Amino acid sequence: MRRIFSVLMENAPGALSRIMGVFSQRGYNVDSLCVAPTNDKSLSRLTIITEADDKVAEQILKQVNKLIDVLRVTELTGSAHVERELMLIKVATRTEVARAEVKRNVDIFRARVLDVTSQHYTMEITGTSDKLTAFADVMADCADITESARTGVCGLSRGDRALRP
Amino acid sequence: MKMMSGAAMVVEALKDVGVTHLFGYPGGAVLDIYDALFAQEHVKHILVRHEQGAAHMADGYARSTGKTGTVLVTSGPGATNTLTGIATAYMDSIPMVVLSGQVPTQLIGEDAFQETDMVGCSRPVVKHSFLVKRAVDIPKAIAQAYYIANSGRPGPVVVDLPKDIVNVQEEHLYEFPTDVTMRSYNPTLKGHGKQIKKTVSTLENAKRPVLYIGGGAIAADASDLVTELAEKLNAPVVSTLMGLGAFSSVHEQFLGMLGMHGTFEANKTMHNADCILALGARFDDRVTNNVDKFCPHADIIHVDIDPASISKTINAHIPVVGSVDEVVRQILAEMASHDFSDQDTKLTDWWEQINDWRSRQCLRYNQGDTTIKPQRVIESLYKHTNGDAYVSSDVGQHQMFAALYYPFAKPRRWINSGGLGTMGFGLPAAMGVQFAHPEACSVVVTGDGSIQMNIQELSTCLQYNLPVKIISLNNRALGMVRQWQDMIYKGRHSSSYMESMPDFVKLAEAYGHVGIKVDTLDELDGAMERCFAEKDRLVFMDIAVDQNEHVYPMQIKFGAMDDMRLSKTERT
Ligand SMILES: Cc1ncc(C[n+]2csc(CCOP(=O)(O)OP(=O)(O)O)c2C)c(N)n1
Repeated sequence: MRRIFSVLMENAPGALSRIMGVFSQRGYNVDSLCVAPTNDKSLSRLTIITEADDKVAEQILKQVNKLIDVLRVTELTGSAHVERELMLIKVATRTEVARAEVKRNVDIFRARVLDVTSQHYTMEITGTSDKLTAFADVMADCADITESARTGVCGLSRGDRALRP
Repeated sequence: MKMMSGAAMVVEALKDVGVTHLFGYPGGAVLDIYDALFAQEHVKHILVRHEQGAAHMADGYARSTGKTGTVLVTSGPGATNTLTGIATAYMDSIPMVVLSGQVPTQLIGEDAFQETDMVGCSRPVVKHSFLVKRAVDIPKAIAQAYYIANSGRPGPVVVDLPKDIVNVQEEHLYEFPTDVTMRSYNPTLKGHGKQIKKTVSTLENAKRPVLYIGGGAIAADASDLVTELAEKLNAPVVSTLMGLGAFSSVHEQFLGMLGMHGTFEANKTMHNADCILALGARFDDRVTNNVDKFCPHADIIHVDIDPASISKTINAHIPVVGSVDEVVRQILAEMASHDFSDQDTKLTDWWEQINDWRSRQCLRYNQGDTTIKPQRVIESLYKHTNGDAYVSSDVGQHQMFAALYYPFAKPRRWINSGGLGTMGFGLPAAMGVQFAHPEACSVVVTGDGSIQMNIQELSTCLQYNLPVKIISLNNRALGMVRQWQDMIYKGRHSSSYMESMPDFVKLAEAYGHVGIKVDTLDELDGAMERCFAEKDRLVFMDIAVDQNEHVYPMQIKFGAMDDMRLSKTERT
């Protein structure tokens, strides 16, 4: 089952490698990872996507929580939450038809064009991972994807629930 | 507040956290620290012969006292040589701080001479680590290292010290922190009230309870409390390899070690129990055998300070996060408002059954009249030390024989590498014990294979006059490997036989110690007596034992807890 874990940790050197260490050492897989300092610069917030059954998920929570640098860890999946991912995607458009088709889909998906040259469009799109994947699939149909980069998911609980120090 | 160099700060901080013994080995990156050590008398430095030995000595020191052991090594090879020792401590939750030298900060990452990423290398086997970047941070890093190492679930902590920050030329303000608490680290010590209530009502209803105790009971210094609880419940007690001594092995309610080489009665009792109270034990694979067949009738109450140990392998019905001492205290208090007055009658049938299992006398063995059986050596050792020695052990058959045939009446007397199973641990560990308890009898039970893994420390023993007693069960083979080869590989002894044993007596003598060789049964007791009469000397007892002896009982792979071989021919 797909899980989203949110981790609040000290913004300290080595902290991230310790968390990744837990995953590699204990054989848990990481599908995506998104990390940056929070509004409080002494803290970092990390969102990890992984596939895990209930038993493994419980171990991930406990093992990550055990790290000295980690203040809080929670699983977002399983309760109401919002999640978003950002993708930058560059496509090569060789024909007028292709260019029109790309622009049409940008509107449909509410993506944004960031850079245009005679041969290339670079776009950004935000949304759930599924939406990003769908957009990339459509782009592959109407143009050639030159390159793309995704941030990995980042998420928060809905309502007043929060991960605080 | 004083001005001092980074190196002096290291030593001052060690003094301020109360370190008296420092096991180490010098080298380029730590010469400044060595110079600072030279100028003082508070911290005694012990020069080892190999850095792995330093880590095991600090470990033996820690296990036998409960205090944190300390190691100081240089960068690169000095640091990497400690890794096995760090991992050994990590697996058994032993408090240890390793101070490692590092190349100067400006050279880090340049593959400088004797540079290794020690924080990275040690990451999977430490509780935490610090790479200190500024001299002024030294006191705080050291204070926090000791706090982390010896609180919550204890474990090793690495403090990596680049050479430029310990430079003796520059002075900084030394300020020892008054508060070492960290917002991200708050171990839970007290059990949750609701869980304690559930625990007590489950115990009250139990008809076939058992206490399953582990190293956590020793780490929490909870022996008296555990004993009080066991007696109030009139419950049988079994122990892991790591828990031996937490509950007296000569107590009537004690059934012995459980698990792979556990006693028949301990494993039977576990398998048939209706309630298992696990205190500071972690249901590891050397205990449970096949987890799918594990103790099918039992309600499992799991008390552990590390939430990650609970329901990791075996699902706990009642998880209780907390330290064994606090939780047992809470359980005892809660029991006062329940009726536990008639446990004797309540458990009559259970004890009758257990005593029947006991009557099988699973530790019986056949001595015969010439070749010495390893079990017999341990019994003789027990007799000649009045059962009151600190017994360190290496890893192999001899370790299991010591665990099974030397009943420990007190905690912190049995010092062995349970989790990692590190051959070479025994001698340096026994040395650490001897440093901590200069007047006590420190023994190491070892094998001809294991002793050679850190034999160089015999030289350290001479330097510091450590009268350690080495009881080497010489079976001219890697016995435990050979046993598995006998059982699983039709007796094909692939590389488990050592054709070139040294003359251990001469070797001991070459290092300046006493060596005694024992070949026959009739020499054994006399030799033991001579050994322990040498109060001030290290004695190496090279005892020829039966090469074909196996350790029994032994669980049968893929079976339940109580599926065991009881001898070469009998199984349950
Ligand atoms: C460092 C290390 N290497 C290998 C092993 C695997 N191993 C476990 S027991 C054993 C044999 C030990 O032989 P010895 O010390 O002579 O003890 P005996 O079993 O004969 O009593 C070996 C090789 C280990 N535990 N540790």
